[in-house]
Amino acid sequence: MQCLGIVVRQRVALAAVAAALAAGCGGAGADRPRLTISAAASLTEALTRCSQGFTPAEVRLSFAGSDELAAQIRQGARVDVFAAANTKLPDQLHAAGRVGRPRAFATNRLVLAVPSGSRIHAIGDLARPGTSLVIGAAGVPVGDYTRAVLARVPAAQRRAILARVRSEEPDVKGVVGKLTQGAADAGFVYASDVTAADGRVRAIELPARLQPTVTYGAAVVTGSTHAALARRYLDGLVSGPCAAALRRAGFGPPGAAPRRAGRVATTGAAPGAPATR
Amino acid sequence: MTRGRWFSLLAALALAAALALLALPLLALLLQTSPAALARSLGEPSARDALWLSLRTTTIALAVILAVGTPAAWLLATQRFRGRAVVVTLVELPLVLPPAVAGIALLATFGRDGLLGGAVDVVFTTPAVVIAVTFVAAPFYVRGAQAAFAAVDRTLLEASRTLGAGEARTFAAVAVPAALPGLVAGGALAFGRALGEFGATLMFAGSLQDVTQTVPLAVYSRLATDFDEAVALSVVLVAASAAILAAVKLVVDARD
Repeated sequence: MQCLGIVVRQRVALAAVAAALAAGCGGAGADRPRLTISAAASLTEALTRCSQGFTPAEVRLSFAGSDELAAQIRQGARVDVFAAANTKLPDQLHAAGRVGRPRAFATNRLVLAVPSGSRIHAIGDLARPGTSLVIGAAGVPVGDYTRAVLARVPAAQRRAILARVRSEEPDVKGVVGKLTQGAADAGFVYASDVTAADGRVRAIELPARLQPTVTYGAAVVTGSTHAALARRYLDGLVSGPCAAALRRAGFGPPGAAPRRAGRVATTGAAPGAPATR
Repeated sequence: MTRGRWFSLLAALALAAALALLALPLLALLLQTSPAALARSLGEPSARDALWLSLRTTTIALAVILAVGTPAAWLLATQRFRGRAVVVTLVELPLVLPPAVAGIALLATFGRDGLLGGAVDVVFTTPAVVIAVTFVAAPFYVRGAQAAFAAVDRTLLEASRTLGAGEARTFAAVAVPAALPGLVAGGALAFGRALGEFGATLMFAGSLQDVTQTVPLAVYSRLATDFDEAVALSVVLVAASAAILAAVKLVVDARD
């Protein structure tokens, strides 16, 4: 955007301002449409970084647990794009006519996060007495993925691990927060959250047989007043500046998630259905 | 005459606007549900656990607030000492503190890496809920009680002392009964604030059914998974808060 701010004479100042406004140089986005994005909490760092570069609109980001954002949209929140940490919620909203066709735009891995000096080294260590484990609440994507992982652990070990759960957080940042504040010993989060926590927590990779398919889906919200711009933002999530920012933040490209037998039901797909749509 | 009329009209309009903003959301909440759906949702074990936990923790918190806050407020109301203004400010600070800040402050104090060195590791326990709720609600009572004590006729207190009653007896037999309406009002406000506590509890105590998940936390947690239950619990909170305020008004009006 080119704006000439040099005004030689005061008498032409007013005309210059009017011209600038007309030309699209209205300063703090006075003439740019405002695009509101409801995004999963785990997208906080990546989308905050890349959305400033989305020049056609002034992007306003609202981060929370995907389920809470979906509930807001169901209640008629005026949002332009919904970006969730699973494909189930966008699919449900699509079926209800609340959003357009969802597109997969990123993948992630679930990891066990522990404070950097922790003595926990594997999922088996969680069962130790005195360990305090924090997970996402049921219904929040990270909570559903966590339950899917635990469902694949032998029953006795699963019960022992569940007995260590001290809090069920409303979104994944709540889990990370409990770890960085030293309140909890371990928590299930996304690999990208560990990258975002900047060394304060360490990731313990899950065995491949426990790893769920974590696919992020996004869609344009029905009734968006800037549907064309919203579609452009969505395109940028799939392949564009925001896609690049997502890769740098530790997210995988869509469709790159390990496809293994016994895919996790939290994606909402029927068995045998393609992983992305 | 006309000048007075237009101002009355303006004031009435202002009141109507205030009512619309304050009452409309509550009406909308009630319209989201029906008595049958309400009863069904409140019968859910998770809802009952949340209600029972909230009742327990707020009652214990209120007992602590009354026991500690009443003599403390009496001292603040009747004694002049160096640094009193600082003490009053510190006591009232949680009134305006964001609950999330209260949560971090409590973690920094009682957490495992906290100031107390983890001597009392209460994070994620029911006592943590009581601590969080007490922290945010106590100032409502202390402030009210202090004002109520300050308004007690000093000649009553002097008469009590002249007649030979000690400080303790004067406090218990004269000051407290005289200030009772104010104390009740302060206690009810604190109870209401405690019942609605959310942010500090989530940050400091976490959210686990039957352990730390109070009604406000359950409302937040059910918002997406069980909207009916979230609405039902919200309606209970509104009804309880309204009942508390109405009861206070009755008590205060009865004394006047």
